Amino acid sequence: MSEENETSVFDVLKKINDNAWEVPVGFKPGMNVPGRIFVSESLLHLLDMGTLDQVANVAILPGIQRYSMAMPDAHLGYGFPIGGVAAFDKHSGIISPGGVGFDINCGVRLIRSNLTEQDVRPKLSGLLDELFEVIPTGVGSKGRLKVSDAELDDIFVHGVQWAVDNGYGVKADIGHCESKGQMSGADPSTVSLRARKRGRPQIGTLGSGNHFLEVQYIDKIYDEEAASAMGLREGQVTFMIHCGSRGAGHQICTDHLQVLAQASKKYGIPLPDKQLACAPAQSKEAQDYFKAMVCAANYAWVNRHVIMHWTREVFERHFAADHGDLGLDLVYDVAHNIAKLEEHKINGKNTEVYVHRKGATRAFPPGHPDLPEDYLVVGQPVLIPGSMGTPSYVLCSTEDSMDISFGSACHGAGRVMSRKHAKKELIGEDIRDELSSRGILVRATQPSLIAEEAPAVYKSSSEVVDVVHDLGIARKVARLLPMGVIKG
Amino acid sequence: MEERFEYLEHTADAKFRAYGKTIEEAFENAAFAMFNVMIDTDTVVNEVSQEIELNSEDIEALLFNWLSELLFVFEVENLVFGKFIVDRVEQDEVGWHIYAKAVGEEIDLSKHKFDTEVKAATYNDMRIEQISDGWMIQATVDT
Repeated sequence: MSEENETSVFDVLKKINDNAWEVPVGFKPGMNVPGRIFVSESLLHLLDMGTLDQVANVAILPGIQRYSMAMPDAHLGYGFPIGGVAAFDKHSGIISPGGVGFDINCGVRLIRSNLTEQDVRPKLSGLLDELFEVIPTGVGSKGRLKVSDAELDDIFVHGVQWAVDNGYGVKADIGHCESKGQMSGADPSTVSLRARKRGRPQIGTLGSGNHFLEVQYIDKIYDEEAASAMGLREGQVTFMIHCGSRGAGHQICTDHLQVLAQASKKYGIPLPDKQLACAPAQSKEAQDYFKAMVCAANYAWVNRHVIMHWTREVFERHFAADHGDLGLDLVYDVAHNIAKLEEHKINGKNTEVYVHRKGATRAFPPGHPDLPEDYLVVGQPVLIPGSMGTPSYVLCSTEDSMDISFGSACHGAGRVMSRKHAKKELIGEDIRDELSSRGILVRATQPSLIAEEAPAVYKSSSEVVDVVHDLGIARKVARLLPMGVIKG
Repeated sequence: MEERFEYLEHTADAKFRAYGKTIEEAFENAAFAMFNVMIDTDTVVNEVSQEIELNSEDIEALLFNWLSELLFVFEVENLVFGKFIVDRVEQDEVGWHIYAKAVGEEIDLSKHKFDTEVKAATYNDMRIEQISDGWMIQATVDT
């Protein structure tokens, strides 16, 4: 903890440009590279020393390339900061579960429709009631989907392909998930019985915390060409799903963290924070974690896929048409807690690195081989959810994203107020009423959860997105305003 | 010692300090602190008891294990706890051990009002220290 430290972030940071600041090597002993924080000057005022400290800690880890980064929505986390991105050399670097987090492949997907705001508004309340009924949310809720152990293995290895083969979603969805919703390299033998026990009953559950399902409409298009490639237009209704790998991912991280905490000692890796426990990238301990992490990532894609499928069914019932006619197509699905082996140009040379993104979205440029054909020209869609009452954004990645940030962008608005503080300061019922008077309906298991996730506890999503846009990592395509949200 | 535990400021997660006259009591209060993030543990009826015995390489790992195990049982056995009884925390030549019981009841969503779920225990900024009149545990849990 940064005990009553009088130093301010402005004393430490060196300005690179209006939206990039450097944490110099030497800010903490042992830093291999500088830190780089992508924020505007006004967002910098919201950054605390603890976050800076966590950026510096990551820079101490072996084999880190270029710099330890923090996206504009960065805030204090555990291990890596939230919004932290770092790339480690495939051979001389490390892999750390602290750079991914417990909610492996927590992520966001966006589904468009042929419906307009006017079509949906009169039916919104009933629609939300049924969504809240059909999609299990909150602590202690169990999924409607029962899978066997063999099916769970299939889910770990085949991800979204399993879902589509079993009647959840359609083939066209697959290409619109990052990594096709099926990251390779999964090995279910690295997943403990305990993680299986937690994961089996939870497929198709939203969870709690900041996870949500939101019905939205597009109120502004910034980039016609990209919007049209993504099938987005003004006035159109969309829905967004934000959740992750549930107990399966939490337990996989917990299990492997214990192994890696001991491995760090064995390999003599100095840890500025034990939560950064790690091992050399090619060691058995690191690779076993990575294989298990891939299982959790594939599980999370299935989780969001199943929730999308049930949401489509609810829309079908309310609008008496099938989801094809309603145009309920998956625009894209991005992971924001994940580590991946990727090729990046470092000092002019193509180099394989394990990029860790913790609370950060991949943002691959136009023409990148990992993109589906329909986004090759405009670049990867980047989905940035706002908070309950504030806009979400769709962006598209640009050519420069690889050089600026290892192909990474922010993942949300970023918290500024703790949950404890929020519960003390804010009254859930009041916030629900205030949102409702603005036409935004909320369904939540507890009013206190609305307080914990109130708009006031987050930074302005617009300001965060502007930094990404101005830096040239990704361009704004569309703005989405909330109509209704369900939360656990 | 007046307070069993107190919460510290943390933007995204829940961070706390738990106290005890003995290390056992500090472990009990760390569990209370973690569960009170999710639910007022005073509302839980203590009728089912679950034995928990764990072994770890060092005391930090034991605390991480203890909190992680409670979350595992909470989720898999569908139990919520209102009482933690730590009989012994001890060290021998192979490592650290805890012998404990978690007491509570089956989760009933019509009765138990849960706030945000604790996803996991973490090692972040973990401290286990002897203080003038006992022990202090500092931990951060992921919410």
